[in-house]
Parts: sequence; C-alpha cells; structure tokens
Amino acid sequence: MTGIVRIGVEIHCQLTGLNSKLFCKCRGDYRNDLPNRNVCPICTGQPGTMPLLNNKAIDYSCMIALALGCTIPSEMGFYRKNYFYPDLPKNYQITQYDSGGIGSVGSNGKLEFGKEYARIRRIQLEEDPGRLIYEGGDMDTSFYTLVDYNRAGTALVEIVTEPDFKDAATVRAFLNKLTSILEHLGVCNTKLEGSVRCDANISIDNGKRVEIKNVGSFREVEKALNFEIIRQESLSSRNIEIKSETRHWDNERKVTKQSRAKEEEQDYKYFLEPDIPIVLLDKSYLNSIQQTMPELPDKRRTRFVEEYHLSDHVSQVLINNKEMADFFESAVRIYSSPKEIANWLVSDLMSYIGVSKTDETSLTDLKIGPRHIAELAKLVDENSISRHTAKSMLNRILRTGEMPSQLVGQFDSSKIIDEKILTKAIEDTFDSERAAVIDASSNPSVINFLLGKVLKLTKGRADPQIALSLIMDKLNKN
Amino acid sequence: MNELWSLSAQQVSSRVRNGDFTIEDYVFQLLERINAIDDKIKAFITVNDDALETARKIDTKIKRQETIGPLAGVAVGVKDNICTKNIRTTCASKLLHEYKPPFDATVISRLKERDAIIIGKLNLDEFAMGSTTEFGSFGPTHNPWDPNYVVGGSSGGSAASVAASECTVSLGSDTGGSIRCPASFCSVVGFKPTYGSVSRYGLISYSNSLEQIGPIARTVSDIVMMMNAISGHDENDNTTHFQKMYEFSDASDLKKPVRFGLVKELIEGSDPVISRLVYSSMDLLSSAGFKWEEISLNSIDYSLASYYTIAMAEASSNLARYDNLRYGFDCQPEGYEWNSYFSTIRNNFGDEVKKRIMIGSHVLLSGYYSKYYLKAQKIRSILRQEVKKLFKYIDILISPTMPVLPFRLGEGIDNPMKRYLIDANTVIANLIGIPAISIPTGFNDKLPIGVQLMADEMQDQLLLSVSKIYERIAGVRRKPDFI
Repeated sequence: MTGIVRIGVEIHCQLTGLNSKLFCKCRGDYRNDLPNRNVCPICTGQPGTMPLLNNKAIDYSCMIALALGCTIPSEMGFYRKNYFYPDLPKNYQITQYDSGGIGSVGSNGKLEFGKEYARIRRIQLEEDPGRLIYEGGDMDTSFYTLVDYNRAGTALVEIVTEPDFKDAATVRAFLNKLTSILEHLGVCNTKLEGSVRCDANISIDNGKRVEIKNVGSFREVEKALNFEIIRQESLSSRNIEIKSETRHWDNERKVTKQSRAKEEEQDYKYFLEPDIPIVLLDKSYLNSIQQTMPELPDKRRTRFVEEYHLSDHVSQVLINNKEMADFFESAVRIYSSPKEIANWLVSDLMSYIGVSKTDETSLTDLKIGPRHIAELAKLVDENSISRHTAKSMLNRILRTGEMPSQLVGQFDSSKIIDEKILTKAIEDTFDSERAAVIDASSNPSVINFLLGKVLKLTKGRADPQIALSLIMDKLNKN
Repeated sequence: MNELWSLSAQQVSSRVRNGDFTIEDYVFQLLERINAIDDKIKAFITVNDDALETARKIDTKIKRQETIGPLAGVAVGVKDNICTKNIRTTCASKLLHEYKPPFDATVISRLKERDAIIIGKLNLDEFAMGSTTEFGSFGPTHNPWDPNYVVGGSSGGSAASVAASECTVSLGSDTGGSIRCPASFCSVVGFKPTYGSVSRYGLISYSNSLEQIGPIARTVSDIVMMMNAISGHDENDNTTHFQKMYEFSDASDLKKPVRFGLVKELIEGSDPVISRLVYSSMDLLSSAGFKWEEISLNSIDYSLASYYTIAMAEASSNLARYDNLRYGFDCQPEGYEWNSYFSTIRNNFGDEVKKRIMIGSHVLLSGYYSKYYLKAQKIRSILRQEVKKLFKYIDILISPTMPVLPFRLGEGIDNPMKRYLIDANTVIANLIGIPAISIPTGFNDKLPIGVQLMADEMQDQLLLSVSKIYERIAGVRRKPDFI
C-alpha cells in the first residue's frame, strides 16, 4: 500500500541576468573563463575588503518574491552563515535568514501550477561559493582538489517550498512553471549549466525526512524522487526504520546513496552582516518594481487566448517555454496569422527542440527565426505552397536558414490546380485502390485515404480542395 | 635646517610651499630619526622604501609650480592593519607576515591624492586585539615617555611614533578605544570620528560594527587637517554616510554656549591621581566661562560586557578567512587533508587572538545566542538611548580617557579581566558610534594623562572646535625627555 508522500524542494537559481556578482564588480557570467580569472580582492575574501551590495540583485529578488506571491518585509538584512569550507573565500557565506528579526526578501508565498499549488516558505538572496574540482572525478578517488573562485560571489536566489508535493511528477510540473516565471522575469537563463539547482526532501507517512542533494537537472529530480519513494516504501513495508539523512543522487547508477561525509548537525552561528546596511523596501519602491516587471506567464496565457484567439492548451504549451512564446509573438508581428503560426510552432517546430543533443536544446541553437515561420505561414495562407511542401521546406530551413520564398521554385512546390492533371491522378489511384473505392460508399472516412493516395502520387502538389471535390464527383458517378 | 621632524603637519605643508626646505630633506630627517631611535620605541613594523622617491616627485611638482595637494609632504605613519598596495600589511600576525595587499585602503588613496607621504607601517596588537601593543608577533612597542611602560593600544605604534616625532601624524583604528588609549598614554591627540564618516575599506576587520579609522597627531589642528583628507562618502564602503566630503574648520569659535557633562561613573572608577587632574581641568573650564555638571550613565555597568561580546563575535567570523589558501605565508598544503592543514595554519594565531575567536564563536552558538550575543545588542541599544537623551541638554561628555596610568610592560598580563576593564571609558563611543577624542591634559611624574571628550553623532565639528579650546586651556607642551 502506498503511504502519504510529502516532498518539499529547495531551488537555487543564479541571477544570470545580472552583469556583475552580488558584492563586487566581477562579471556575473563566469562560464567561459579560465580558472580564477574572474576574481577580485572582494570575491576572494582579501583582508580589508567589504561587500558592495548589487542593487539590481535586490530588484531581481523582489521581482521573484512578487511573482511568487510572497510577503516582502519593509526592511531586509543580510546574515553571515559561518562554516569552514575551501570553496568559501571568507569561510562564511553572506545570505539571508529569518530569526524573527530582520527578514529575507520574501516569505509565505504561493505558486499555482495547473490545478495545483505549492506554498513557498521563503526566498532569500545570497552568494554562490566557488567550485571544487576533484582531479579524480570525485572526493573519494582524488589525490588532490583544485579550487576555482570564478563563481564565488555570484548572486543566487534560494526558493524553499513547504512539503506540499505528493509525487515526483507534480514536482516536475512545479519546476516547469517556476522556470517559465524566472525566464519571463529575465532574471535567470535557466538553460545555462548549473544556473538552476534543486535539492529535495521527502518523507513517507510522516516519517523521518531524507534530503536528496547533487541532482543535476529537473529530469533527474523526478527520477531521484521516484527512486527514493520506492526505496522508502520498500523499507517501511519491511518495517526497517528510515533514517533522517542526506543522500546524494548518483547520476550514473540512477540511485540515491548515503553521503560518505559525516553529516553533522551544523551550527551556522548566524548574525547580521555588519558591513551591509539594512535595505529598506518601502511601498513606493515595490510599486515601481511591480509596474516595471515583465509580463508573467499566467497573464500572458490569458492574453494569448484573448488577443490571438488561441486555445487554452496551445497558449499554455507556448508559454511553458518563454523562448517559444517570444518566437511566436515576433512571428505574428511580421505576419499576422496567429493560429497558423502557433500551429507551426506547437506541432512542428517543437518536435525539433530536443531531438538533437539533449532536451536542453534551445530555439536559439536552430537556424530558423520568426521571419522564416512568418513567411512559411504566409505562403501556405496564400496557397502558394501546400502544407506538405511547407513541411519539407521547414526541415531544410532548420539546417540552412534559407528564406522560404527563395525555396519556392526549388521545391517545385506550386500546387496542381489543373483539373485534367488531377483527374488523371485520381483515375490512376482509383485503378490501384479498387477495394477502397468500393468501401467508400459505405465508409466516408475512406475518402480521406483516397485523397492521401492522390497527394502521394502528386508528391504533395495536388491542391487538396480541388482534388477532394473531384474525388467526390467521381465516387458519385460510380 | 635642523629638527624638521619636530614640525606639525600644518607647518610642513605651508613651509614646503614657501620653499623653506624640500620635502626630500624633511623625509630624510625623519628616516634618519626612525633609524636612530626606533630601536628603543619599536613603533615601526615596515619603513616605506619609496618614501624618499615620492618626496622627490612632489618636490619636482613644487619646483615646476604645479598644483600640489593640501597634505603635500606631510609624512603619515599607518597602523599595520590598514591596507597599503604593495607594502606588506601584517596586522602583527604571523598569518599575514608576507601579505602585500593588491589595493590601497580608501584612506590611503585619499592621502596619496593629496600628496601626503606614507612613511611606514606601525605596530599594533595582533589584529588590533589588545589595549597595550604587547600582543603582536613583532613584540611590544615601548612608551616614548619611559620605555619600560606600555604605550597603550592597539594603535600603539601610531601613538608612539607621533609622540617620538618619528612621523608627523598617523592613522590608527579604534574598535573600543584603540586610538584614544595609546594617545592618552603617549600624550598626543587621538580622534575617533562618528561611525561611517571615514571609509573602512581596506581596514582589516576586527569588529566591523564598532571600529573606525581615525588620525593621531600632536595638535588638534593637525587632526582637522587629516580629517579633511580622509573623511566622506566612499562607494567602496556601504556603511559610510552619504556626504561627499566633510570640510572641518580649524577655528575654535563656537556658535552657541557649550555645556559639559562630566560622567560620574567614569570619574569614580578612575585612579585618584587621574580624577584629581580631571577636576582641576573642570575648574579651568569654569574659569574660561564654560558651564559643566556631573551626569550619570546607568547602563555603563554593562557596556564593557556588551562591547567584548559583540567584538569577539564579529572577530570570530572576520578571522575565519585566514586559512592560507588564497594568501598568507609559505606553508605547502601538499600532503595535508583539508581539516588538518586548516588547524596547522590557524595554530599560528597568537593566544589572545585564539581566545577571542573561541569566545566569539561560543556566544554565537544557537544555544547561547540569546543569552549572550542578543543581550549584548540589547544593552547596546539601551546605552544608545540613554546617551542620546543626555545629548538633548549636554553638548560634550567628558571623562578620563583611561581609568589608569600607563603601567609597566607585562604588568597584569596574567589577569585578562583586569586588562579588559581599562577599556571601560572608551568603549561607549564605539557602541553608540559617536565621535570621541583624547587630548593631553597633564602628567603624573613622567606618565601622561589624557582627557576624553565625546559629542553626539555627526557633531564631529563641534567636538573638534571644543577640543581646540580645551587643548589651549589644558596647555600641555612637554616633549618626551630623550627628544
């Protein structure tokens, strides 16, 4: 019997939209640097340096707090979380903390996704540590460890939910919605490696809580949780006690395993960071953030339905991926045929994202842009090419980036509207598909089958409407 | 020309402009003097090799009649916990013996912009933790008035070098009296400005919420000159007040009558020799037409405990970064597991520093946080309210700077509580963030006695103007014997 599963998640999201780190002027984007090049006296914790708060990071964290319906305090502060680790230049992390006093940027929020919702316990702004590089792959197999401080001090927003999820799929749906929000706010490019990281905690039947760490992607989160649910259920069915512990996700073997390092109950000795004055978040400031905030996914979906008359479902599919939604709107601005364009995106283009490399493939990796789709839609609308031809064109454009109008000639794509040619093709089809012709009188769906055959015979060039009426005429005569 | 080293900063700056002497000559004399007498004083950790070169450059500017800064030629000594680019900055700690900062502290770049000359780096207690300058890895600094006595601390090198005329003025840092205590013990003027009026960027932190950089000089006028150079908003220090630059006046005219309040608890807790001297200064103030009264500060009893709790808590976190991974001294990590390397390195802290790190870590533990740290912060805010109330009708609070006379080196070193108690008068200004100054007031035999004046937050100008008057009334003109 399945017990009550309770899952909570803790998401670390890098504010990749910032130009600089949280407390110094080093670049926020460290990903293409040689080790320890994107550093300065402040982010390497040189004696005498002081943190200089990045005001844009405050704006961004407030935007996230507002988007997740959080309570934002009128004053917020930063705390030192004291612990020793080689990737931490000051041996303390500047973060936020709720101790009943000066709080973090957001708390008590709620995020709806589909028909469900999850409560957000708190949101805090903090600095990322540097990175440890194990010469032998991981700690157990390495003779030495290298430290790269390029990442040290970049801005992170930590989002902690209440244990409101009952299964892994719901967690995935939540994470997708959250990702879309972060993308829409423009605060985080969630497609960058390591820009969004997720830890989870899980318990069954109000038992002990197990933390799962080291999960690389959202897809892996789902797998890790499913593994952990089964592991805990099988333990509990055999009356083996579930320990309160931290387990690491082994991406190779697809299992969670007990951390070898002894996980002691750490005392972080939090206290208010004296070098950063209390930040005032007054009403007028928050109003201005609210007003300048980009459109959020829910509002955008409603607008898509109202403005472009798209179905709820299609709108939702587009908006789940901000790039796709932006692509759509750009294309519509070039050629105003929203339904046609949406159709191209949702049923055709979408299938190309994810086929190559990983499922993180981005639209921007493709050679196709809104101009291409707009033109393709226009050519189809104007009956210049058949949909079938357009689809083969798309396949080529994806590789070459050529404009559809340049390809019309090459694809021999002009439609056949000449009734003589069409009639010949239909007669040939009727000859080879005698059985179907007989069935057609009793089963109208066979007509579509015949039309398909005619299209195939003409390599998709037959004008379907004219061909259809000719088929009907011929059937009626038979 | 003889004895250029005895000149004040004001005199140097005006006379090099007139071409009375070159800055090179003046700096050369100071360097010779340091060479000759610092063996006895031990104020310097490092003498700046580039000082003469810089002097010549400014001389050339003068010769070419280019514009020169207001501190042109003035030789400034700098406490060795203030970062100087490419000049080692040790904090008198083994962990930083070889540390050359990659940047100048804001106060240093401001001094350089104004053509001052950094003459060298001055001794202190390790990481500024102490009140005697005995607890540094370079050994103690000796009092110019009697080398067997302590100089006070932790800015002991800064006060002793100015008292012994090894430099014209100096910079110190004051966390709980570290500028004023040695100023008092060495008979020089030491000023701790309002918290946030001087940038701390480049000051190696001991206790961020308490400490301030400030000047030490032989005259109040020189203090004013230094303050005009170093104070004001700094984009590298978010805790500085948003005021571009302060312009302090050297004038002693007062816009309105000033009322003094003598702090009863602090005079009662002092050595009788000291309280007698303070009372006689009060008489002098009266005869100069000033009104004063005795006032009481109830929360003073707890201020010292509050101060040490907060200072040590912040220190335990500030000093966590010294793990020798990114900078430090030569000690190969190869062959060590991280935790054992870490403890090997940190065993190089001195005993006083280790003690403060341990106590500081303790008071922050979640089980003790509200019992110690939180309570300390509460006392701090009660004290603040009480003092703020006093400033509604009192302009200047007055007390002995130190409750005791300078004592012999090593005396009472086994009794840390007694050592901590001598900070009782000075910590108040740090807990509240108000400006405070120590001014030479007299001697008991050969040992100096200073008086502390405190004003309300941002009333630094008033405090400096009153100090100028008090300096004249107190009239201390002596110089150490051997000079």
